[in-house]
Amino acid sequence: MGEVNSGSRLDRRAAVARLLKGRKDLLVVTGLGSPSYDVMAAGDHDNNYYLWAAMGSATTVGLGLAMSQPDKTVLVLTGDGEVMMGVGALATVSITGPKNLTIGVIDNGLFGETGQQRSHAGRGIEISKLAASMDFAWTGIVEDEAGIDDLRGRLSRRDGPQLATIKVTGENAPRVLPPRDGVHIKNRFRAALGFQPI
Amino acid sequence: MSTDETPQPWQDQILPILKKFDVKHIAYVPDAGHSAAIRQAEADPDITAVTLTTEEEGIGYLAGAWLGGQRGAMLLQSSGVGNCINTLALAECARFPLLMLVTMRGDWAEFNGWQNPMGQATEPALNLMGVRTWRADRPDEVEPIVRGAAGMAFNGDASCAVLLGQRLIGEKKWVK
Repeated sequence: MGEVNSGSRLDRRAAVARLLKGRKDLLVVTGLGSPSYDVMAAGDHDNNYYLWAAMGSATTVGLGLAMSQPDKTVLVLTGDGEVMMGVGALATVSITGPKNLTIGVIDNGLFGETGQQRSHAGRGIEISKLAASMDFAWTGIVEDEAGIDDLRGRLSRRDGPQLATIKVTGENAPRVLPPRDGVHIKNRFRAALGFQPI
Repeated sequence: MSTDETPQPWQDQILPILKKFDVKHIAYVPDAGHSAAIRQAEADPDITAVTLTTEEEGIGYLAGAWLGGQRGAMLLQSSGVGNCINTLALAECARFPLLMLVTMRGDWAEFNGWQNPMGQATEPALNLMGVRTWRADRPDEVEPIVRGAAGMAFNGDASCAVLLGQRLIGEKKWVK
């Protein structure tokens, strides 16, 4: 590892685990499918909010969270297909301007959950360029461990919004399923921030 | 009764009602019927006003705001309800408080027939996705209905929509 070749790709599980290593009060929102499994595999956490549906909503859930918790660092981890389904939300993020929000797009160029069909990213759409064109404060492409470490260091800088595409191989790792009880996860997440159920 | 006690126009009542419920976020796709509330929200330092590219973004946004401990509401028109359908599962499955104020088209005296299919489907579509609905067709209905829907959304972790009817809003003038 450690080779820096344009077009190289990371193992998604290792990349996500490395990105989340040593997390403290980081708030994480995951898009449905493999990114939720990747984050769960790295370790369940009260500060994780896992989406199981509403494809395209990971970005907007992260945005609302970032705007209501401006003193916390918010990371959205989602897939390239998921973010493209709500691609207009990147424009909404940009004009709303949360400094504490980073979107990590786990980009395998495939619809991994539905049979590995090639996605828009896999056919040449570079999502970080979309975000750059929308005036995100920082965008990048992560292809190696050094890039993951750099991205981890950027999370808490509060000079976002930021977006990185994290290039990963197309292999589907074994599913590690987060809890599917949406009410439970909501209440657990809110409790960790000091909020009670109604 | 002095003129000072004349009720505010219903358009000016919306945001103050929402603020009484401690709403901090207004997510919206514009409509002429919401223009007063949007103008007030954009000018209010205690409100984060968020312009959306499409209405389903508001469902995710308000869910995220509630995860972070704050209440919000969405302003949209009836055509935008159609954009929301699949995403409403998020509010239903996690029981997020969701308050939608919907200005109606294709509802009454509609000039543009292309508005009619979604306008006629708006209320049943919301109900099919688990959203409770109330209609206001007269100015004096707006305050109690918005207040009631907000209370049920925020006190019950429920998805609630107020439909502001075309008779309330008035006919759109197409001839200049």
